[in-house]
Amino acid sequence: MKPIKGFSLKKVRAESAFKRTLVIMALVMIVIAAGIFLTLLVQSLPSIKALGGHYLSGKTWDPVSDIYGALPFLLGTLLTSFLALLISIPFSYAIAIYLGEYNPKGWLSGFLKNIVELVAAVPSVIYGFWALVVLVPMVRAIETKVGAAPYGVGILTASLVLAIMIIPYAASLGRELIRLVPSSLKEGAYSLGATRYEVLKNVTLPYTKSGLFAGLLLSLGRALGETMAVTMVIGNTNILPTSIFSPSNTMASVIANEFTEADRTVYLSALIELGLVLFLVTVVINLVGRMIIKRFTNE
Amino acid sequence: MESTIISSKNFNAYFGANHVVKNVSIEIPQNNIIAVMGPSGCGKTTYLRCINRMHELIPGATTEGEMKLHKDNIYEMNPILVRLRIGMVFQRPNPFPNLSIYDNVIAGYKLNGMKLQRAERDNIVEGSLRKAALWNEVKDTLHKKGTFLSGGQQQRLCIARAIAMEPEVLLLDEPTSALDPISTASVEELLFDLKKNYTLVLVTHNMQQAARVSDKTAFFYLGELVEYDKTKEMFTNPKDNRTQSYITGRFS
Amino acid sequence: MMNPKLRYRLVKSKSVEWIIVLFAFLITVPLIAIIFFVLKTGISKISWHFFTNIPKPVGEAGGGIANALVGSLLIVLVAALIAVPIGILCGIYLSENKDSKLASYSRLAVDVLQGTPSIVTGIVIYFWLVKPLGTFSAVSGSVALAIMMLPIVIRSTEETLKLLPSSLKEAGLALGLPYHKVILRVVVPCGFSGILSGVMLSVARIAGETAPLLFTAFGNPYISTNVLKPMQSLPLLIFNYATSPYEEWHDLAWGASLILLIWVLLLNITTKLITRKWKVQL
Ligand SMILES: Nc1ncnc2c1ncn2[C@@H]1O[C@H](COP(=O)(O)OP(=O)(O)OP(=O)(O)O)[C@@H](O)[C@H]1O
Ligand SMILES: [Mg+2]
Repeated sequence: MKPIKGFSLKKVRAESAFKRTLVIMALVMIVIAAGIFLTLLVQSLPSIKALGGHYLSGKTWDPVSDIYGALPFLLGTLLTSFLALLISIPFSYAIAIYLGEYNPKGWLSGFLKNIVELVAAVPSVIYGFWALVVLVPMVRAIETKVGAAPYGVGILTASLVLAIMIIPYAASLGRELIRLVPSSLKEGAYSLGATRYEVLKNVTLPYTKSGLFAGLLLSLGRALGETMAVTMVIGNTNILPTSIFSPSNTMASVIANEFTEADRTVYLSALIELGLVLFLVTVVINLVGRMIIKRFTNE
Repeated sequence: MESTIISSKNFNAYFGANHVVKNVSIEIPQNNIIAVMGPSGCGKTTYLRCINRMHELIPGATTEGEMKLHKDNIYEMNPILVRLRIGMVFQRPNPFPNLSIYDNVIAGYKLNGMKLQRAERDNIVEGSLRKAALWNEVKDTLHKKGTFLSGGQQQRLCIARAIAMEPEVLLLDEPTSALDPISTASVEELLFDLKKNYTLVLVTHNMQQAARVSDKTAFFYLGELVEYDKTKEMFTNPKDNRTQSYITGRFS
Repeated sequence: MMNPKLRYRLVKSKSVEWIIVLFAFLITVPLIAIIFFVLKTGISKISWHFFTNIPKPVGEAGGGIANALVGSLLIVLVAALIAVPIGILCGIYLSENKDSKLASYSRLAVDVLQGTPSIVTGIVIYFWLVKPLGTFSAVSGSVALAIMMLPIVIRSTEETLKLLPSSLKEAGLALGLPYHKVILRVVVPCGFSGILSGVMLSVARIAGETAPLLFTAFGNPYISTNVLKPMQSLPLLIFNYATSPYEEWHDLAWGASLILLIWVLLLNITTKLITRKWKVQL
């Protein structure tokens, strides 16, 4: 057999080592994801054992007297996130429809698209800082006008900054989905004499319905888990919110504020249980949202 | 007397449960061009890919039976050694898009980390491109990307890349089916030249091409080797009526 | 004369269009305003001194953010060193073994990581690294950030490699290249721009992350390059100083915000430009 220039079989052995490495990397992801869940679960056990079901329904969170009720934070989280979602919808849908349907090309939409992509990259701590300095006084002025206690910080402020933060994300997602509508469908409607609005209402929106719903879920998932900007403007108050002007706390912001101070096992564990709940909720929302989108894009 | 370079005996290939190459026994003599013909889906490509062990890379694909290079069982050798000794050219030209023309030709050495002297490298590149009848067209643009060439040039570049490794056998799967008539003619001419140094196995749908360039022709039908004979003999005097129907165009 | 029904429909269509345009562009006003506000407020706080000094104690004017700059660069660098190889290799596995059981579980795990709130990642790394090591440390922050980078790097690698034609891989294998050489020297270079853009976007994404660093890197008023000790970072500094009651610290936080914003935006913009330029022609 003729020898082959500069070739040795030794180099070939690396092949199976490489394949094994790839498999290990795929396993590492599973280990990390499972590890996160198990760590949260194990560290929550003292709190789960000590507090049981009262934990989620308890209205008082008073670590000094060892009372841990998470209801104020559940409510605070839900209120801020849903309010933010509500505020963001008209804007993110408008951008998505404009970029995806009305004017997909042209410099004006290029400009809008770039703005949206740039602001999506701004770190949340900067949004928080801006909100603290600019938004808080504005909300305080509103509160004075309507006769609410002029804290400035609170659920409304947090929702506003959250809304601003999720608009770019929701808009980009919506735009991608709307562009998936087959042009043949739209052309069919136009050829029957439909107006732009009628095509939007009767073709584009029905076609993208499930995708847009999934987009809402994913945006909600983001809002629920967002920590810094909210922590900076929500007022950090552990009582049940009574109105949208109330200072409050979300699950994420309580953890951010109290984790390094928690000096007793049950206290720390109660905080981690908040993390566990937050993790489960956002992960489920994300998985469902992704599943719907995957199904939608494969159709 | 010519010696046999590739021989298969009762060779079978499967995609999962789908039996695509059935009991094929064939002896390929050295320095010949063997044409492999047959209707679409009859297993020509699959058989060809079994010779250099590319078939087994497809998930679920398996083989069975004997396949030899000289006296050695190909399926007992290291597949990488097999592929170094049996080169392959594909239906669609597939030069490496990230490499220059020069680097494409010595890709087999370069990417494998086989060290070569500068002069040696230049020699291999020029020699292979000359053999592939591409040297004159690209000698001034050796450092441009290979993907800037025309389809026919790209295919000849792929042939140069394969013969740079000095394989003993070259497998070609419809190398001209994506090319225009002029490029086809230049590739055919090239095949004829290559015969001096290599053994070529050429899958083709084009009967004139088979008649023009090949010494022997193998006719496949539904995975079976129906007839294998001197090309002239096969085209003038087919033994099997399936071959007869095929070459007279009664099924495609 | 146009029939009134048709005219009504056209007017309605036109008005909806205007409302949509109005909403779409109305929101750009605060978005642009935020960026300009940071630029305007931050620029006046920046000087050479600002880059080379560490923060002054409360009550003293001046001071800089050298500790946070060094820390941020180091923490992000270490995070990238961890996440990029693992992420690319995992992405290769997923694109190479599309239908395997392991791939589908691994993909699910990546989805879970993507959905995990960053503060939760911080908590978990606290138990994985900070507690066992007995101290807050830069490296634990890097690991937390690396976990956030992974889904982005993995996805972009997988998506990029999936789009490459299989003929490329076959060309390499038929030349007698071993599998790992085909992947590392043919497939990955051909998908280079896609993978690179994923890596850069993931860096841009974590460069501004604060929450996972709160209980890991923790922060440090002095310059430190020991990754086993607490370290400052730009987002941590911004958070701590922005929420402090001191005017001088606010000034530092604004300067730091500007630097962080420029860093993140530049990464995003270069990513776009590079992706366009280095696209391998297939
Ligand atoms: N990757 C694959 N997976 C499963 N089955 C395959 C695959 N490739 C080919 N086959 C099947 O194997 C059989 C033989 O295919 P092959 O490609 O060898 O035919 P061929 O003779 O080369 O045809 P053509 O002239 O069209 O190239 C066909 O029935 C085909 O459906
Ligand atoms: Mg074929």
